Amino acid sequence: MLHFSKLKAFVIVGVVLMAGLMAMPNLLAEKSRESLSDFYLPSQALTLGLDLQGGSHILLEVDVPSLKDTLEKQLVGDVRLRLRDAKIRYANLKRTGNGASVTISEPARADEGFTILQGLSQPLDTGLFGQGVQVQEFDVVRNGQNITLSFSDGGLQTRIGRAVQQSIEVLGVRINELGTTEPTIQQQGTDRILVQVPGLQDPARLKALLGQTALLQFRLLCDNQPQGAGGTVPLGCEELQDKETPGLLYWVQTSRSATVDGEDLNDAQTGFDQRTNEPVVNFRFNTGGAQRFCRLTQNNVGRPFAIVLDSEVISAPRINEQICGGSGQISGNFSTQEANDLAIVLRSGALPAKLTIVEERTVGPSLGSDSVAAGFSASIIGLIGVLIFMVISYGLFGLFAVLALVANLTMILGVLSFLGATLTLPGIAGIVLTMGMAVDANVLVFERIREEVANGRSPLNAIETGFRMALATILDANITTLIAAVILFGMGSGPVRGFAVTLGIGILATVFTAYTVTQLIISGWIKLSRPKVVPL
Amino acid sequence: MRPLRFVPDNTKIAFMKFARPGFYASIAAVVLSIGLFFAVGLNYGIDFKGGTLIEIRTEQPADLNELRTTIGGLGLGGSELQEFGEPTDVLIRIETQEGGEEAQQNAIQKVKDALGPNVDYRRVEVVGPKVSGELARDGILAILLAFVAIMIYIWLRFEWQFAIGTVSTLVHDVALTIGLFAILQLQFDLTIIAALLTIVGYSLNDTVVVFDRFRENLRKYKKMNFDEMVDMSLNQTLPRTLMTSISTLVALISLYVFGGEVLRGFTFAMIWGVVIGTYSSIFIGAPLLSLLGAYVDRAPTPGPGDNQQAEIAQP
Repeated sequence: MLHFSKLKAFVIVGVVLMAGLMAMPNLLAEKSRESLSDFYLPSQALTLGLDLQGGSHILLEVDVPSLKDTLEKQLVGDVRLRLRDAKIRYANLKRTGNGASVTISEPARADEGFTILQGLSQPLDTGLFGQGVQVQEFDVVRNGQNITLSFSDGGLQTRIGRAVQQSIEVLGVRINELGTTEPTIQQQGTDRILVQVPGLQDPARLKALLGQTALLQFRLLCDNQPQGAGGTVPLGCEELQDKETPGLLYWVQTSRSATVDGEDLNDAQTGFDQRTNEPVVNFRFNTGGAQRFCRLTQNNVGRPFAIVLDSEVISAPRINEQICGGSGQISGNFSTQEANDLAIVLRSGALPAKLTIVEERTVGPSLGSDSVAAGFSASIIGLIGVLIFMVISYGLFGLFAVLALVANLTMILGVLSFLGATLTLPGIAGIVLTMGMAVDANVLVFERIREEVANGRSPLNAIETGFRMALATILDANITTLIAAVILFGMGSGPVRGFAVTLGIGILATVFTAYTVTQLIISGWIKLSRPKVVPL
Repeated sequence: MRPLRFVPDNTKIAFMKFARPGFYASIAAVVLSIGLFFAVGLNYGIDFKGGTLIEIRTEQPADLNELRTTIGGLGLGGSELQEFGEPTDVLIRIETQEGGEEAQQNAIQKVKDALGPNVDYRRVEVVGPKVSGELARDGILAILLAFVAIMIYIWLRFEWQFAIGTVSTLVHDVALTIGLFAILQLQFDLTIIAALLTIVGYSLNDTVVVFDRFRENLRKYKKMNFDEMVDMSLNQTLPRTLMTSISTLVALISLYVFGGEVLRGFTFAMIWGVVIGTYSSIFIGAPLLSLLGAYVDRAPTPGPGDNQQAEIAQP
């Protein structure tokens, strides 16, 4: 047991050295770190978690009612279009809260209408079981002349999934415009998106960019305008708030033909108004949008229209002449940053549904660097404390154990860096805790050796027996802690997960270093000094 | 240099004599803890209760009373303020606002407007009502899952009597930690769940070491009286139990003192857990074994926990 073949000894030392190489980038400045890869050396350093470098962790959830609302509106429009194209007369086209229903006016054509509307329900790929199970988007039910289309569960789930995917793309564009380093945006669960942005001074701006649906519309105003709150909104109109002035209301036409959507935008840029020098947003339509906008302005010269963003009126200018060039300008008392952000969200496109922030954790840079300093000093002082304790209790062997402990820490850092893992404050706690518990394996062995010496075994024999008898116990003891770490990893989020990772890697490294490395050191020592007594 | 021995060799402490009173005392403590949990309840952090937590640093030492008046006047419902580590650092907790997820965001803005620009926002955490419910559920689930997984592992490696012994010590440790948090009304958040799971792992570690030795002695001394054997095993493993606890405590105390305010709750729970875990493996696990000992099979057949097999079983 105490005899190591040259190869085995070589492998053990090699593993520790490898880990040392992997841990090394952490000690270097970023510049010299990059040059490491020129020599085919690992150059990846630990990433600090948001709680250590400062940053925002924001969990967003797709607002299902708002998504449903959008889908219903689309559905009603589609039903109208299909029936009109087929020249089928209908009545009572309305939203049901879970779809739409319509009554076909001529009983004779109800069959035909039913078939046409069934065609609206696309089979969707749920992608649930790998192979992709197809579900119908709607359940279409006919009751005499009455036809109801309602969202199927699978269809709605698939739509939510798609909305999440789309939102991730849109958010990616928006966050990149902030120019921060390495933001991550990922799906969580079925209807959530986790956004992590390191090193941000002001999360308010980030949140504003994330939370904005950014649905831009150009809509004609109604002929009558409200004279203050409480007026009866005329038929075919909708009451909207002014964005800037609370209490200022507009009545805006709801008809599709009086609306041009901003999803047909090609580009949006910040600029300055030539006369007033105010920041404005210049935009350009794509071809389809340009045509629609041209038609709308052509037919309504002299009338006011509203630029509406997410159901709030930004401004309500008058159409002075037809606008067919495909570009336009939005002004609305913006600050430069507001204009900038508006341009960003318009460029990125609208979100398919409203996103709400369900969890936010932001750590400022000052707390982050304080935590790094605190974690660092706690680790160093903890290490020194354990060193003193071990050397006082076990003398030379204690020193060996501390050597193994240093190898252990190196391995933890090396593996974490290699995996590209993130070090969080609880992660540091996990490392410090590992330091305290790692020597347990050594303690087990050393105490066992003492006992065997007391039982009258020769030093060599006692050491060998000590190592052998302690192994099962060491494995048992560490596997149980590993179970706890794995479960913690499974349930934990963010920082707590970081704790589970370092604890788990720490345990694996411990079994290797505290047992094997110590054994190698002691066997080397035996060869060199041929001890007559065990110094314990 | 001759190493110091913190724990004398060949102790002959009659643990089983103290086991009965210790056992009763522990049962009383567990019952008391559970009672406290239901009667007084825990001081849940925003992770489980939802709400907003804001840590600020002011330029001058903060006037808590003034801040209380300012924040209290915002109409945000229940709020709590406390000094956090330094006189300039203040932790503000605001309860979940009515009106869904957006209302929480508005509350932060109100606080920021009220406190003015000369305040450093070191930390802002908002946990909406939906997420907090899930976190609470996940936390409870994790602890239960850990119990089951550990029980299965111990049952595979030892015998069922050992599994019952271990899980009893774990329930004991978790209950007493929760009881302590209920008495002191310390904030109970996600990191405390992490601490509880780590305590479970640690205490188990301790118990397993004692049980391992016990099993070994069981095979060696087939005729010895059960209580004597428990005593002997405990005495044999006592140096190791205490040495490991001390070295872990050394590391933890360093973390408690130097590791910063954010980790203090976690470290406090861990320190308590290590002390309790050490106690429970001696005074709960072992006596329970003795109680269930009549059922332990003492036949010499090499069991699944034999050393040879253990060497094959890699983690």
